[in-house]
Amino acid sequence: MEITRRSFIKSAAVNSAVAAAAMLFPGISFGAAKDGDLESGKIQWKKTPCRFCGTGCGLLVGVSGNRAVAVKGDPNSPVNKGLCCVKGYHSIQALYGKDRLQKAQVRQNGKLVDVPLKDALDLVAQKLKETVEKHGKNSVSIYGSGQWTIPDGYAASKLFKGCIGTNNVEANARLCMASAVTGFATSFGLDEPMGCYDDIDHADVFVTWGNNMAEMHPVLFSRMLANRKRKTHVKIIDFATRLTRTSQAADKSIIFKPQTDLAVANAVCYEIIRNNWVNTGFVNSHVSFHKGLAEIGYGTKDHFEFQDKPETVDFEKFKAFLQDYTPEKVEKISGVPAKDIKYLAALYGDPDKKVTSFWCMGMNQHTRGTWINNLVYNIHLLTGKISSPGNSPFSLTGQPSACGTVREVGTLTNRLPHGVVMNEADRKHAAEIWQVPVANIDPKPTYHTVEMFRALDRGDIRFMWIQVTNPMVTMPNLKRYRDGALKEDRFIVVSDVYPTPTTDVADVILPAAMWIEREGFYGNSERRTQHFEQIVPPPGEAMCDTWQLIEVARRLGFEKQFPWPRETYIGEIWNEYSKFHNSPKHRMASYQVLKERSGVQWPFVDGKETKWRYNPKYDPAAAKDKDFDFYGCPDNKAWIWLRPYEPAAESPDTEYPFWLNTGRVIEHWHTGSMTRRIPILHSAVPSAYVELHPDDAEALGVVNGDKVKITSRRGSIVMTASINGRGMPPRGMVFVPFFDENYLINEVTLDAFCPISKQPDYKKCAVKLERVS
Amino acid sequence: MPIFSYLAYPAAGAKETLLGDLRRLKYCEVMPADNEDLLILVTDTPDEAAEALLQQKIKKLSSLQSLSMAFGHADLQTDHVKKG
Repeated sequence: MEITRRSFIKSAAVNSAVAAAAMLFPGISFGAAKDGDLESGKIQWKKTPCRFCGTGCGLLVGVSGNRAVAVKGDPNSPVNKGLCCVKGYHSIQALYGKDRLQKAQVRQNGKLVDVPLKDALDLVAQKLKETVEKHGKNSVSIYGSGQWTIPDGYAASKLFKGCIGTNNVEANARLCMASAVTGFATSFGLDEPMGCYDDIDHADVFVTWGNNMAEMHPVLFSRMLANRKRKTHVKIIDFATRLTRTSQAADKSIIFKPQTDLAVANAVCYEIIRNNWVNTGFVNSHVSFHKGLAEIGYGTKDHFEFQDKPETVDFEKFKAFLQDYTPEKVEKISGVPAKDIKYLAALYGDPDKKVTSFWCMGMNQHTRGTWINNLVYNIHLLTGKISSPGNSPFSLTGQPSACGTVREVGTLTNRLPHGVVMNEADRKHAAEIWQVPVANIDPKPTYHTVEMFRALDRGDIRFMWIQVTNPMVTMPNLKRYRDGALKEDRFIVVSDVYPTPTTDVADVILPAAMWIEREGFYGNSERRTQHFEQIVPPPGEAMCDTWQLIEVARRLGFEKQFPWPRETYIGEIWNEYSKFHNSPKHRMASYQVLKERSGVQWPFVDGKETKWRYNPKYDPAAAKDKDFDFYGCPDNKAWIWLRPYEPAAESPDTEYPFWLNTGRVIEHWHTGSMTRRIPILHSAVPSAYVELHPDDAEALGVVNGDKVKITSRRGSIVMTASINGRGMPPRGMVFVPFFDENYLINEVTLDAFCPISKQPDYKKCAVKLERVS
Repeated sequence: MPIFSYLAYPAAGAKETLLGDLRRLKYCEVMPADNEDLLILVTDTPDEAAEALLQQKIKKLSSLQSLSMAFGHADLQTDHVKKG
């Protein structure tokens, strides 16, 4: 039988529909559906993780000649077990958009002109060198992404921190995961979840904290639905600020006023203590109590700094602190009925129920993001529901390697591949592996993301290299930062795969190889490292981001630190990077093992993956004579924090009476630069819109399809109204997805951030609405 | 050369009728679920005009409650995503 591209596509269409049906109806069977051509052996199948979210679904990409022609879920991947979501099934089409960047471009007399890639790399190195000489090492910076592969981030950190000697290394994961990092660090002393996706199969209750998993993590959500279908007592509780597709599938939706999740979490703890549901044995053995500063600010001014002052307290002080958070008092703050708070507490408090909490941007993009992470851990720690199958506080990630690259390699200003720049031993360790003088590594962190773009605007930073991300769509209070990037004497290099608003401000554009056009690794939300080989060639002169960095490093004279041949550099980088994590707490699998398997969870010790950390039944680093061992904190305990409710940086008032909440839709990946070039995803949701509550719409005289002007203290935008669409905000709130570069909602948002994590809050600012005739 | 796949939800009690109705339409392939009231519909039309005509015919089926698209390929270009 002759195989045609058309028959591949048709088979992929069948597979996609089967997978979609399986998400909605777990256990559904289609006897007539067969893979047909896809199983015929005339196409080569290669494994890769999906690049469109942090779940880390395993894909099999079908290749015919030099072209990726089909996708199916990898049945060997324990993450998705053969399932995919709509983005995964269409992912390869993102490789073949008509306007892929294939040549380097340099701005000359205000216009971008094509140049040979070699010349563009020469110019990047020359400008980098000149800027350091003229303005100092901290005037140059690199801004990457949770879509950076591990080698990309490693090469960037080594070049900038180890060789050039600046800590101006940041990544867009600061905008999505930083509060999770500081939440883990303050509660457990170490980053990343203790549990894994297998918790989904074991839990009796799921609480999604401000997390629309049905759209943002659809494959994991389908695993939850499958569990509920198998075991009829399983409950899904949607705790949210607006109704979404997750609400539709949940057993109960509880809607809270923005920012008041802090108060509700404390009220849940109050109820757990009041009803004697505390797991006293666990708490006495494994938990200590701590208090930090209150009224910690919002970071809206340049040069904002904050340092917490932790103080150890005891259980009685914690109990007294919670007296302000009775369900009845919190009902007044949050709008959540006291009976619903008591219901939530009863679910967590029931010793016979295993509870998993999931969250993502709702808790992390929060001016008290670190605190709300701490507070959900408090609930799990009080009840001892942690680090065992089904009992899991689980912070999900939004990008394919936010964990693997940004958090583990440490591509943030204060981090190193192991430890932090402030720690002398960590600096010495890095310098030894990197073969640089230890004095090269600056002990002082410089700028977190928002402050880095403020520094660019002020002129403290003059050179910025942006890879695999689109900050001219995603930065909050965007206009300031776009104007800053366009100022005289700023030099912006952008490595990307398509033209974007960020390439619009570039002085040099470097065409990048995308995803399976190069070899790499991602690390997903459950500590799983996933290797992918180069499956198809990149177009034109497009080049892997890692190799771009190596080319520039060599031009700057760092051949010794970047010596690897092009045939083997990814494997050699992995081997060097692995030296940073050579302990039972974080040992990684070898390059060879990763090539063979559909992902491996760390710590990987003696050939075994670790599913649940801090539990000696599973974790090789945990002391065997204990039932749990929270070895990350100096007192070998997990920390419960006294964290109060504090209001948002900006709340609705008479002049700006609505909350603005921003987020995503299932069809589009982040800023849409790739998914909007996939015809079917683009046509499914071609433009951004503003969701309104029907009563608000009526009061404004707005009907579906009308134009609405949204104005904040920073800017305004006119968009199409969506009423009774896929999501419904409560009265007094509007929601706008940010995927559409034609509607830059971040010109309206506020650049306030959590003072501990420095992560901005994209979920809350005040706006007014007007119907536009 | 559009190819689409859909989840086709039959009207109450009309799964078999919908199966027959869809199978009678040119360019349609149908796969019924064994254990749920749901069908998978794959359409493979030669051009946009045939696709539009088929869509009209499908929408007129009284045995069909709703369609939910799962996959689409239309050899479209989306170079209009940027402003201007």
